[in-house]
Amino acid sequence: MIDVGLGHYLGLGAVIFTIGVVGIFLNRKNVIVLLMSIELILIAVNINLVSFSVYQQDIVGQVFTMFVLTVAAAEAAIGLAILVVFFRNKGSIHVDDINNLKG
Amino acid sequence: MLAHSIVFYFFSLITIFSSIMVISSKNTIHAVFFLILDFVSISCLFIMLGAEFLGMITLIVYVGAVAVLFLFVVMMININFSELKSGFLNYLPFGSLIGLVILLELFIMVGAWKYKDNFLTTGEIVINKEITNTQSIGNVIYTDYIHYFQISGIILLVAMIGAILLTFQKRDFLKRQNIIQQVSRERSDSVSVVKVETYKGIKIDD
Repeated sequence: MIDVGLGHYLGLGAVIFTIGVVGIFLNRKNVIVLLMSIELILIAVNINLVSFSVYQQDIVGQVFTMFVLTVAAAEAAIGLAILVVFFRNKGSIHVDDINNLKG
Repeated sequence: MLAHSIVFYFFSLITIFSSIMVISSKNTIHAVFFLILDFVSISCLFIMLGAEFLGMITLIVYVGAVAVLFLFVVMMININFSELKSGFLNYLPFGSLIGLVILLELFIMVGAWKYKDNFLTTGEIVINKEITNTQSIGNVIYTDYIHYFQISGIILLVAMIGAILLTFQKRDFLKRQNIIQQVSRERSDSVSVVKVETYKGIKIDD
Protein backbone atom coordinates (compact mmCIF):
# COMPACT_ATOMS: atom_id res chain seq x y z
CA MET A 1 0.00 0.00 0.00
CA ILE A 2 2.67 2.47 0.99
CA ASP A 3 5.09 1.33 -1.69
CA VAL A 4 3.89 2.91 -4.93
CA GLY A 5 4.42 0.76 -7.99
CA LEU A 6 3.04 0.21 -11.45
CA GLY A 7 -0.23 -1.17 -10.10
CA HIS A 8 -1.05 2.10 -8.37
CA TYR A 9 -0.67 4.09 -11.57
CA LEU A 10 -2.75 1.58 -13.49
CA GLY A 11 -5.41 1.80 -10.80
CA LEU A 12 -5.44 5.59 -11.07
CA GLY A 13 -5.81 5.30 -14.84
CA ALA A 14 -8.68 2.83 -14.42
CA VAL A 15 -10.49 5.13 -11.98
CA ILE A 16 -10.18 8.16 -14.27
CA PHE A 17 -11.27 6.10 -17.28
CA THR A 18 -14.36 4.93 -15.39
CA ILE A 19 -15.19 8.48 -14.30
CA GLY A 20 -15.00 9.55 -17.95
CA VAL A 21 -17.33 6.75 -19.09
CA VAL A 22 -19.81 7.52 -16.29
CA GLY A 23 -19.66 11.19 -17.29
CA ILE A 24 -20.75 10.24 -20.81
CA PHE A 25 -23.71 8.35 -19.34
CA LEU A 26 -24.75 11.05 -16.88
CA ASN A 27 -24.54 14.22 -18.96
CA ARG A 28 -27.21 13.62 -21.57
CA LYS A 29 -27.95 17.29 -22.12
CA ASN A 30 -24.63 19.06 -22.34
CA VAL A 31 -22.32 18.22 -25.23
CA ILE A 32 -19.44 20.26 -23.78
CA VAL A 33 -19.24 18.05 -20.68
CA LEU A 34 -19.46 15.04 -23.00
CA LEU A 35 -16.36 16.25 -24.86
CA MET A 36 -14.60 16.85 -21.55
CA SER A 37 -15.40 13.26 -20.51
CA ILE A 38 -13.76 12.06 -23.73
CA GLU A 39 -10.68 14.10 -22.79
CA LEU A 40 -10.67 12.39 -19.38
CA ILE A 41 -10.76 8.97 -21.05
CA LEU A 42 -7.87 9.91 -23.34
CA ILE A 43 -5.73 11.18 -20.49
CA ALA A 44 -6.41 7.97 -18.53
CA VAL A 45 -5.02 6.04 -21.51
CA ASN A 46 -2.04 8.40 -21.45
CA ILE A 47 -1.41 7.62 -17.77
CA ASN A 48 -1.41 3.90 -18.56
CA LEU A 49 0.99 4.32 -21.50
CA VAL A 50 3.44 6.50 -19.57
CA SER A 51 3.48 4.29 -16.47
CA PHE A 52 4.04 1.14 -18.54
CA SER A 53 6.77 2.95 -20.46
CA VAL A 54 8.58 4.02 -17.30
CA TYR A 55 8.26 0.72 -15.45
CA GLN A 56 9.19 -1.34 -18.51
CA GLN A 57 12.10 0.94 -19.42
CA ASP A 58 10.78 1.31 -22.95
CA ILE A 59 10.56 4.77 -24.49
CA VAL A 60 8.00 3.82 -27.17
CA GLY A 61 5.11 4.24 -24.75
CA GLN A 62 5.96 7.89 -24.29
CA VAL A 63 6.22 8.38 -28.05
CA PHE A 64 2.75 6.91 -28.46
CA THR A 65 1.49 9.17 -25.70
CA MET A 66 2.55 12.12 -27.83
CA PHE A 67 0.54 10.78 -30.76
CA VAL A 68 -2.49 10.25 -28.52
CA LEU A 69 -2.05 13.85 -27.37
CA THR A 70 -2.03 15.04 -30.99
CA VAL A 71 -5.19 13.16 -31.83
CA ALA A 72 -6.86 14.43 -28.64
CA ALA A 73 -6.07 18.04 -29.56
CA ALA A 74 -7.38 17.57 -33.12
CA GLU A 75 -10.51 15.85 -31.81
CA ALA A 76 -11.23 18.65 -29.35
CA ALA A 77 -10.82 21.30 -32.06
CA ILE A 78 -13.10 19.53 -34.55
CA GLY A 79 -15.67 18.60 -31.89
CA LEU A 80 -15.94 22.13 -30.57
CA ALA A 81 -16.19 23.50 -34.12
CA ILE A 82 -19.07 21.11 -34.84
CA LEU A 83 -20.65 22.17 -31.54
CA VAL A 84 -20.44 25.87 -32.46
CA VAL A 85 -22.01 25.22 -35.87
CA PHE A 86 -24.75 23.13 -34.28
CA PHE A 87 -25.51 25.83 -31.75
CA ARG A 88 -25.68 28.41 -34.54
CA ASN A 89 -28.25 26.33 -36.42
CA LYS A 90 -30.41 25.01 -33.58
CA GLY A 91 -29.86 27.38 -30.68
CA SER A 92 -29.23 24.60 -28.16
CA ILE A 93 -26.60 22.05 -27.24
CA HIS A 94 -28.92 19.32 -25.98
CA VAL A 95 -27.85 15.83 -26.96
CA ASP A 96 -31.50 14.93 -27.56
CA ASP A 97 -31.78 17.63 -30.25
CA ILE A 98 -28.99 16.10 -32.31
CA ASN A 99 -31.17 13.81 -34.42
CA ASN A 100 -30.99 15.29 -37.90
CA LEU A 101 -29.57 12.13 -39.41
CA LYS A 102 -32.34 9.98 -37.95
CA GLY A 103 -34.59 10.78 -40.89
CA MET B 1 10.30 6.15 -0.99
CA LEU B 2 7.84 7.47 1.58
CA ALA B 3 7.95 10.92 0.02
CA HIS B 4 7.22 9.36 -3.38
CA SER B 5 4.11 7.63 -2.06
CA ILE B 6 2.91 10.73 -0.22
CA VAL B 7 3.27 12.85 -3.38
CA PHE B 8 1.59 10.15 -5.48
CA TYR B 9 -1.42 9.91 -3.18
CA PHE B 10 -1.66 13.71 -2.94
CA PHE B 11 -1.75 14.24 -6.70
CA SER B 12 -3.92 11.24 -7.47
CA LEU B 13 -6.52 12.25 -4.88
CA ILE B 14 -6.64 15.73 -6.42
CA THR B 15 -6.94 14.13 -9.86
CA ILE B 16 -9.81 11.83 -8.90
CA PHE B 17 -11.65 14.57 -7.01
CA SER B 18 -11.37 17.03 -9.88
CA SER B 19 -12.46 14.43 -12.47
CA ILE B 20 -15.57 13.72 -10.40
CA MET B 21 -16.22 17.46 -10.21
CA VAL B 22 -15.81 17.76 -14.01
CA ILE B 23 -18.68 15.40 -14.68
CA SER B 24 -20.92 16.52 -11.81
CA SER B 25 -20.60 20.29 -11.39
CA LYS B 26 -23.64 22.35 -12.29
CA ASN B 27 -21.79 25.23 -13.91
CA THR B 28 -19.90 24.34 -17.08
CA ILE B 29 -17.28 27.03 -16.41
CA HIS B 30 -16.50 25.31 -13.11
CA ALA B 31 -16.24 22.01 -14.97
CA VAL B 32 -13.64 23.50 -17.32
CA PHE B 33 -11.65 24.86 -14.38
CA PHE B 34 -11.70 21.46 -12.69
CA LEU B 35 -10.56 19.96 -15.99
CA ILE B 36 -7.57 22.34 -15.89
CA LEU B 37 -6.81 21.24 -12.31
CA ASP B 38 -7.04 17.63 -13.46
CA PHE B 39 -4.57 18.17 -16.30
CA VAL B 40 -2.12 20.05 -14.06
CA SER B 41 -2.06 17.31 -11.43
CA ILE B 42 -1.73 14.60 -14.07
CA SER B 43 1.23 16.42 -15.59
CA CYS B 44 2.76 16.60 -12.09
CA LEU B 45 2.30 12.82 -11.88
CA PHE B 46 4.07 12.43 -15.25
CA ILE B 47 6.99 14.54 -14.05
CA MET B 48 7.12 12.49 -10.86
CA LEU B 49 7.25 9.28 -12.91
CA GLY B 50 10.29 10.53 -14.80
CA ALA B 51 8.59 11.54 -18.04
CA GLU B 52 9.37 15.27 -17.77
CA PHE B 53 8.94 16.02 -21.46
CA LEU B 54 5.45 14.55 -21.57
CA GLY B 55 4.49 16.36 -18.38
CA MET B 56 5.45 19.67 -19.92
CA ILE B 57 3.79 18.79 -23.25
CA THR B 58 0.62 17.86 -21.36
CA LEU B 59 0.68 21.24 -19.66
CA ILE B 60 1.22 23.08 -22.94
CA VAL B 61 -1.24 21.15 -25.09
CA TYR B 62 -4.04 20.40 -22.63
CA VAL B 63 -4.01 23.42 -20.34
CA GLY B 64 -2.71 25.92 -22.87
CA ALA B 65 -4.71 24.86 -25.91
CA VAL B 66 -7.55 22.41 -25.24
CA ALA B 67 -8.86 23.86 -21.96
CA VAL B 68 -8.66 27.41 -23.31
CA LEU B 69 -10.57 26.24 -26.40
CA PHE B 70 -13.26 24.79 -24.11
CA LEU B 71 -13.39 28.07 -22.18
CA PHE B 72 -13.79 30.07 -25.38
CA VAL B 73 -16.62 27.85 -26.60
CA VAL B 74 -18.42 28.02 -23.24
CA MET B 75 -18.03 31.80 -23.39
CA MET B 76 -19.33 32.05 -26.96
CA ILE B 77 -22.37 29.81 -26.47
CA ASN B 78 -24.79 31.95 -24.54
CA ILE B 79 -27.35 29.66 -22.91
CA ASN B 80 -28.54 28.86 -19.43
CA PHE B 81 -26.36 25.98 -18.37
CA SER B 82 -28.15 25.21 -15.11
CA GLU B 83 -31.22 23.75 -16.80
CA LEU B 84 -29.00 21.36 -18.73
CA LYS B 85 -28.41 19.36 -15.55
CA SER B 86 -32.05 18.38 -15.10
CA GLY B 87 -31.75 14.81 -16.38
CA PHE B 88 -28.73 14.08 -14.20
CA LEU B 89 -30.47 12.02 -11.54
CA ASN B 90 -32.47 9.94 -14.04
CA TYR B 91 -29.33 8.43 -15.47
CA LEU B 92 -27.43 8.15 -12.18
CA PRO B 93 -28.34 4.52 -11.23
CA PHE B 94 -27.75 3.16 -14.73
CA GLY B 95 -24.54 5.15 -15.23
CA SER B 96 -23.06 4.19 -11.89
CA LEU B 97 -23.93 0.53 -12.50
CA ILE B 98 -22.07 0.57 -15.83
CA GLY B 99 -19.21 2.47 -14.21
CA LEU B 100 -18.91 -0.01 -11.37
CA VAL B 101 -18.83 -2.94 -13.80
CA ILE B 102 -16.12 -1.27 -15.91
CA LEU B 103 -14.05 -0.40 -12.83
CA LEU B 104 -14.36 -3.95 -11.52
CA GLU B 105 -13.29 -5.39 -14.88
CA LEU B 106 -10.29 -3.08 -15.09
CA PHE B 107 -9.14 -3.93 -11.56
CA ILE B 108 -9.58 -7.64 -12.19
CA MET B 109 -7.45 -7.25 -15.31
CA VAL B 110 -4.72 -5.35 -13.45
CA GLY B 111 -4.77 -7.89 -10.64
CA ALA B 112 -4.55 -10.87 -13.00
CA TRP B 113 -1.77 -9.24 -14.97
CA LYS B 114 0.46 -9.47 -11.89
CA TYR B 115 0.54 -13.25 -12.18
CA LYS B 116 1.72 -13.21 -15.79
CA ASP B 117 5.45 -13.36 -15.20
CA ASN B 118 6.94 -13.06 -18.69
CA PHE B 119 5.25 -9.76 -19.41
CA LEU B 120 8.13 -7.47 -18.50
CA THR B 121 10.59 -8.78 -21.08
CA THR B 122 9.19 -7.19 -24.22
CA GLY B 123 11.14 -3.93 -24.20
CA GLU B 124 12.93 -3.23 -27.44
CA ILE B 125 14.15 0.34 -27.15
CA VAL B 126 15.56 0.59 -23.66
CA ILE B 127 15.56 3.92 -21.84
CA ASN B 128 19.11 5.16 -21.53
CA LYS B 129 19.71 6.60 -18.07
CA GLU B 130 22.69 8.67 -19.25
CA ILE B 131 20.67 11.12 -21.37
CA THR B 132 17.63 13.20 -20.50
CA ASN B 133 14.06 12.17 -21.17
CA THR B 134 13.61 14.78 -23.89
CA GLN B 135 16.74 13.63 -25.68
CA SER B 136 15.74 9.98 -25.61
CA ILE B 137 12.27 10.77 -27.01
CA GLY B 138 13.89 12.87 -29.72
CA ASN B 139 16.30 10.07 -30.58
CA VAL B 140 13.37 7.77 -31.27
CA ILE B 141 10.80 10.12 -32.72
CA TYR B 142 12.96 11.52 -35.53
CA THR B 143 14.39 8.19 -36.62
CA ASP B 144 12.18 5.14 -36.07
CA TYR B 145 8.88 6.99 -35.81
CA ILE B 146 9.42 9.75 -38.37
CA HIS B 147 6.46 8.68 -40.52
CA TYR B 148 4.11 8.59 -37.53
CA PHE B 149 5.41 11.99 -36.53
CA GLN B 150 4.70 13.49 -39.95
CA ILE B 151 1.28 11.84 -40.11
CA SER B 152 0.42 13.41 -36.76
CA GLY B 153 1.42 16.76 -38.22
CA ILE B 154 -0.90 16.14 -41.15
CA ILE B 155 -3.69 15.22 -38.71
CA LEU B 156 -3.22 18.56 -36.96
CA LEU B 157 -3.27 20.39 -40.31
CA VAL B 158 -6.48 18.62 -41.37
CA ALA B 159 -8.06 19.42 -38.00
CA MET B 160 -7.12 23.08 -38.33
CA ILE B 161 -8.50 23.37 -41.87
CA GLY B 162 -11.64 21.48 -40.87
CA ALA B 163 -12.30 23.66 -37.83
CA ILE B 164 -11.84 26.86 -39.85
CA LEU B 165 -14.03 25.56 -42.68
CA LEU B 166 -16.78 24.46 -40.29
CA THR B 167 -17.04 27.72 -38.41
CA PHE B 168 -16.48 30.05 -41.38
CA GLN B 169 -19.55 31.99 -42.37
CA LYS B 170 -20.02 34.45 -45.22
CA ARG B 171 -21.32 37.86 -44.23
CA ASP B 172 -22.26 40.64 -46.61
CA PHE B 173 -20.93 43.53 -44.57
CA LEU B 174 -17.45 42.06 -44.36
CA LYS B 175 -15.14 43.18 -47.14
CA ARG B 176 -12.85 40.40 -48.30
CA GLN B 177 -9.93 40.42 -50.66
CA ASN B 178 -10.77 39.28 -54.19
CA ILE B 179 -7.48 38.63 -55.90
CA ILE B 180 -8.86 38.16 -59.44
CA GLN B 181 -10.71 41.44 -59.21
CA GLN B 182 -7.61 43.15 -57.90
CA VAL B 183 -5.27 41.85 -60.55
CA SER B 184 -7.58 42.39 -63.51
CA ARG B 185 -8.22 46.02 -62.64
CA GLU B 186 -7.50 48.47 -65.47
CA ARG B 187 -6.31 52.04 -65.28
CA SER B 188 -9.28 53.25 -67.28
CA ASP B 189 -11.73 51.84 -64.74
CA SER B 190 -10.34 53.67 -61.78
CA VAL B 191 -8.54 56.86 -62.85
CA SER B 192 -9.80 59.60 -65.17
CA VAL B 193 -8.57 63.07 -65.98
CA VAL B 194 -11.21 65.79 -65.61
CA LYS B 195 -10.99 69.37 -66.76
CA VAL B 196 -12.02 71.64 -63.88
CA GLU B 197 -13.25 75.14 -64.69
CA THR B 198 -12.06 78.00 -62.54
CA TYR B 199 -14.39 79.08 -59.69
CA LYS B 200 -16.90 76.37 -60.65
CA GLY B 201 -15.51 73.31 -58.98
CA ILE B 202 -16.53 69.81 -59.88
CA LYS B 203 -19.07 67.38 -58.56
CA ILE B 204 -17.80 63.89 -58.03
CA ASP B 205 -20.52 61.30 -57.97
CA ASP B 206 -19.67 58.36 -55.82
